[in-house]
Amino acid sequence: MNMNRRQMLILLPAAAIAWKSVLAGTPEDSPNYKMSDHWWGMLIDIPKCIGCGNCVRACAAENDVPDGYFRTWVERYHVSDWEMKNPQNIMTNPMTDPQVISPDGGKEGFPVATDESGKYFFVPKMCNHCVDSPCTQVCPVGATFVAPDGVVLVDQKYCLGCAYCVQACPYGCRYIHPEKRVADKCTLCYHRITKGLTTACCEACPTGARQLVDLKNPHDPIHEFLKTHSVQVLKPQMATGAKAFYNGLDGSVR
Amino acid sequence: MSVFKDAGHLFRFAGLFVLAFAVFLVVRHFVVPPSFGQYGHYRGAAIREIASRPVKFAGHDTCEACHVDVAEKKSKGKHAHVNCEACHDAQANHAHSDDPSTVKPALPDTTVLCVRCHTASAAKPKGFPQVVPADHSNGMPCNTCHQPHNPGMDAPAADAPAKLAGGAR
Repeated sequence: MNMNRRQMLILLPAAAIAWKSVLAGTPEDSPNYKMSDHWWGMLIDIPKCIGCGNCVRACAAENDVPDGYFRTWVERYHVSDWEMKNPQNIMTNPMTDPQVISPDGGKEGFPVATDESGKYFFVPKMCNHCVDSPCTQVCPVGATFVAPDGVVLVDQKYCLGCAYCVQACPYGCRYIHPEKRVADKCTLCYHRITKGLTTACCEACPTGARQLVDLKNPHDPIHEFLKTHSVQVLKPQMATGAKAFYNGLDGSVR
Repeated sequence: MSVFKDAGHLFRFAGLFVLAFAVFLVVRHFVVPPSFGQYGHYRGAAIREIASRPVKFAGHDTCEACHVDVAEKKSKGKHAHVNCEACHDAQANHAHSDDPSTVKPALPDTTVLCVRCHTASAAKPKGFPQVVPADHSNGMPCNTCHQPHNPGMDAPAADAPAKLAGGAR
């Protein structure tokens, strides 16, 4: 084959580009989902939660969560009148105040409260899918990570089960799976949200107290909600960049 | 050439280094998964594996595609914003089967189902409708009077008067 220098200079880069695209393979395995287009979080509206436990049951059903372990659970707080009048007690005596119960994670609801005094509220808890997550930073083998769409995931084929991450999570959202012996946690129903569905807990919540939010979607109602409400995250002093936003969170929640 | 005179031991040593590096590269090729480092210090393929798990809750859009009549009825009542599977449980195996009529979902028992949300408790938000089940219905199933899809009393269950006449008030 006869080729002059000019042809060669054109052909070589073209061949390089072609080879690059061969190496790269198909662009995305799920063609309609682009990780770079999403930044997932959760909005939890405390005044709407009735403590029915639907989310806990739905999560266990969807994700085969073993009995006695929870990817999400609900706590019921009871702050008595005396405690509200003596708020310094909350600071001085953190072990006795307020009363927090979570029977079986709230899976079957809560016992009927008859004491009308003070105030009650339910706090659903789950993985906060932190941006600067302490749990992923301590993993010695790179088995847990923040995915490009902001979801904290566990690679269960790579996990050693050392439980460093279980200790590192300030929210207590991880556990070692009793049969698989690897770390397990909320995936924000990653297998659902990548298919355009909402999470199982949001799907099952009868009052809309939980809402999946996509912070990168300009049409998501979360942006309007954040403008008009003051929301909080749990343990802001830990600077985890938590993305589970709580509306109407009481100061006694820790 | 005089520079490299008596330098043979250095070349042999350098050769050892090159050999060890080649062995390292070969071992690394087999030990590190191909997708490790694709997005960061983890296995990129893990994301696709987690995303490919099967779904169990079909989602209310899937339900409403077929059950148009129920969706229409539900949209007018107080349960308009309660998703189907909040009461009917996960139904993907029904919705995604080749013939959904062969996989029949169990009919929820209203005596168990409704009280999960509507049992009166001081802990619940004050605006939420709640009753003491024993006082309210005397043990009768809720759907004697209320249609679960549109529970208001302006749309009572079709055979409510007949049942009420025979049952306790």
